[in-house]
Amino acid sequence: MKSDNKIIIVEPSPMVSAGLAQYFDDTRQLSVVSQLDSVDRLEEKLAAYNPEILIINPLLTAYGDGSLTKLLRDYPGMVTVALVTSYVDKNILKQFKDVIEMNDNKQKVVSKIFSLLSDTSSTQEKNENVELSNREIDVLVALAKGMTNKEISDKLFISVHTVITHRKNIIRKTGIKSVSGLTVYALLNNLVDESEIYEV
Amino acid sequence: MKTVFSENMKMADLIIGNSKLLLTFQRFGMDLGFGDRSIGEVCRRNNVSPQFFLMICNVYCNDDFSPSSEDIKSVDPKTLINYLLESHKYYINERLPHIEEHLNHIVNACIPKDGHTLSRFFQEYKNEVVDHFLYEEQHVFPYIQQIADDNVKTDYKIKVFHENHTNIEDKLSDLLNILVKYLPADVFPKERVEIALDISELSADLMSHTLIEERILIPFVRSLED
Repeated sequence: MKSDNKIIIVEPSPMVSAGLAQYFDDTRQLSVVSQLDSVDRLEEKLAAYNPEILIINPLLTAYGDGSLTKLLRDYPGMVTVALVTSYVDKNILKQFKDVIEMNDNKQKVVSKIFSLLSDTSSTQEKNENVELSNREIDVLVALAKGMTNKEISDKLFISVHTVITHRKNIIRKTGIKSVSGLTVYALLNNLVDESEIYEV
Repeated sequence: MKTVFSENMKMADLIIGNSKLLLTFQRFGMDLGFGDRSIGEVCRRNNVSPQFFLMICNVYCNDDFSPSSEDIKSVDPKTLINYLLESHKYYINERLPHIEEHLNHIVNACIPKDGHTLSRFFQEYKNEVVDHFLYEEQHVFPYIQQIADDNVKTDYKIKVFHENHTNIEDKLSDLLNILVKYLPADVFPKERVEIALDISELSADLMSHTLIEERILIPFVRSLED
């Protein structure tokens, strides 16, 4: 197991969130890289940290348009854990790898996380996957079409900062730095059509 | 840190021990066939300052080498500009056409869509390099000559050049990535290895070229501007 395991917590109650973060902090092997009180900035934080564990209150995921499910699909190596603070339907909890409950004590919470981490590190070749995520492909295609960061941010409803983070990840994963190089990549992989890029 | 070269070393040993330098001495008008002559001797025969020649070789071979301020002061602007011009000529007239020729074979063997994409990318890169060099030749070098000759103060400062000095290595490394990783495997595998070698060599030389501009040219002009 890697010594530095990154966790993001998404929980509306600051008290619960801070308490949980303290538990992990005490272990010195788990680091909480971000605490959010809603899913608004989750995409940005996931792109920036690529965490091993996401702990999220299912109340924040239950309703909505499925965009969260789509977002999580971009991080297949990440383990998603439900943080249950009130009654939640069993069917909803099925989507999560494990559940942390309000009356779990420190030892129980920490050992749950450690066992999830050892599961994933043995079954997967670490989530440093080089495949572009769906969101990164969206950004890549927009770049290939010549859109600016601002235009991409408007089109995909994400902040310019998040666009830049996606771009950095695209460069890291493909090894290609220039926009025209990325355009070649997009064309070779049939992500865009020639006619969409160059006026013929 | 690696050894810094000195005037008394044999020229042949220097070149054989540091194959990167195979590209440098020709730019000073020197030809192979050095026999046992020392670096100093060969330089003097070709009217090149040994101090300057060694400075170039040291920048080429030691990533962390920075010339001393005395070295910088000793630079003859004509020799420096001439060296850089010769490098430009080599890139534009020899290296890039050579790579392009290989690339054209690959382009013709690809499916048309991929071929167009590749050749468009390379043309774009070539234009960028030509513009980059042209800017230096039309603006930067004349400025250096002017300021070295009679201290004419113009509005232009080397700072402007430093800040706008575009990176011409990124796209080359992108091309290498595309050829090595992303172009379908069945297209001219042998020729692709050839071209990948050429590109790696050109990248390394361009990197040294940039270092020469940053460690010698810019400090030299700064010293004149002050």
